[in-house]
Amino acid sequence: MIEALQNLFWILIFPGFVFTVALGLFASWIVRKVSALVQWRVGPPLFQPLYDIMKLMGKEILIPQDAQRTVFLAVPLVGLAGVLLLSTMLWRITIAQTAFVGDIIVAIYLMVLPSLALILGSSASASPHAAVGTSREMKLVMGYELPLVLAFIVVIIKTGGQLNLAEIAGYTPALSISGMLAFLTALLCVQAKLGFVPFDIAESETEVASGIIIEYSGALLAAWKLMHAMMLVALPMFLVMVFLGGFGTAGWPLVWGIGKYVLVLVLLILIKNTNPRVRIDQAMKFFWFYCGIALVVAVILASIGNYYGISWL
Amino acid sequence: MSATAKREPRQTGREFMSWKIWSLKKSVWVFHVNTGACNNCDIEIVNLLTPKFDIERFGMKLVGSPRHADALLVTGGVTAQAAPRLREVYRQTPKPCVVFAIGACGCGTGIFRSGYHIVGPVDKIIREIDPNAIIAYVPGCPPKPEAMISGVVKALSVL
Repeated sequence: MIEALQNLFWILIFPGFVFTVALGLFASWIVRKVSALVQWRVGPPLFQPLYDIMKLMGKEILIPQDAQRTVFLAVPLVGLAGVLLLSTMLWRITIAQTAFVGDIIVAIYLMVLPSLALILGSSASASPHAAVGTSREMKLVMGYELPLVLAFIVVIIKTGGQLNLAEIAGYTPALSISGMLAFLTALLCVQAKLGFVPFDIAESETEVASGIIIEYSGALLAAWKLMHAMMLVALPMFLVMVFLGGFGTAGWPLVWGIGKYVLVLVLLILIKNTNPRVRIDQAMKFFWFYCGIALVVAVILASIGNYYGISWL
Repeated sequence: MSATAKREPRQTGREFMSWKIWSLKKSVWVFHVNTGACNNCDIEIVNLLTPKFDIERFGMKLVGSPRHADALLVTGGVTAQAAPRLREVYRQTPKPCVVFAIGACGCGTGIFRSGYHIVGPVDKIIREIDPNAIIAYVPGCPPKPEAMISGVVKALSVL
């Protein structure tokens, strides 16, 4: 009974929902503020993401006449649950070392859930704009999943076949040639996963009027926004744990870990603000062709390095 | 500059509505509807996003879908072609929402008053489907961005 309550507390309060949402809203404020500063503007006040969520909670929910109602209503919660589970898992591994063998694979699966939920939700909404957005999101998911998994394979080779995130977080694969290549491509894949600018093809506001989420309003839109805010915490954190040596739990290692998280976040924001949107064929070509070749080279280098014991390869 | 608000629901259930209205004022997402304007007002609206005015300071931003919007910025004296679309966009906007009639044409059809294709100013078209709609007027040809910001602030302060 006590254990069940404790698990519930983990999932709902401390490393889970409340904590991650608070951090995520702060992170999305950082995204908007830094973008504003890059564009020489003042930017929104600190609590703006919170006001947005509150306002959306208070608004009417409109459901399109032809929509598949159950899927349309349920799917934002599926996406939210996926990210919640991912971030709780990552925080628990950091704080309490509750890792298990193969959790990196579970994390990769959980990272796909938000995109899948978006695809389902937008195709259930019976809107032509959402249909275009859905097809683009599907192609984008197919595009970036391959390089992302290859990048993690590089890490697994570098760490000598570790499938345990707590063990992987003890290494720093980015300090080698193949690890750096893998980190950079994974960063771009995360950019696409977050729907940030060079890869915001699925919800491009100018062409398909915010595409995949066009029909969502009120509290359902708030659920998508919360999901995105939580992804802003979970995905850079995952990159830090896999490539940059993870977080400590106290003292300087913790500060250094937060510094690495902020570094990844600012890199994502700067890529977002300095690039125009690409077309879907350009994105597919980029991910499969250029990132694919870079990662095949990285896998070969990592294997050679692992075989001969050269750690910088 | 005048603003008309729904009277009765505002007084009943005021306590329950208050946090909704409060947060609505803090974050107004704007959808821009052109109902036959000459594009002058539209350029001034885009001006609001530039570093000089930067309405994101007040939590406002332009969104791509009326379903995400809290305010409709309507420009142009409504043409016969655009009137049904304007009604549909208003219906598809989740309530509570505010309508801003921007520019001389939006407020009262302006120099196109006697045009064969003009079916009426924005408020007439909106009130046909929702007599209690909250409509604010920002006149000018085109209104300055400062005037629009001041209009939005005044309209939100009477909500």
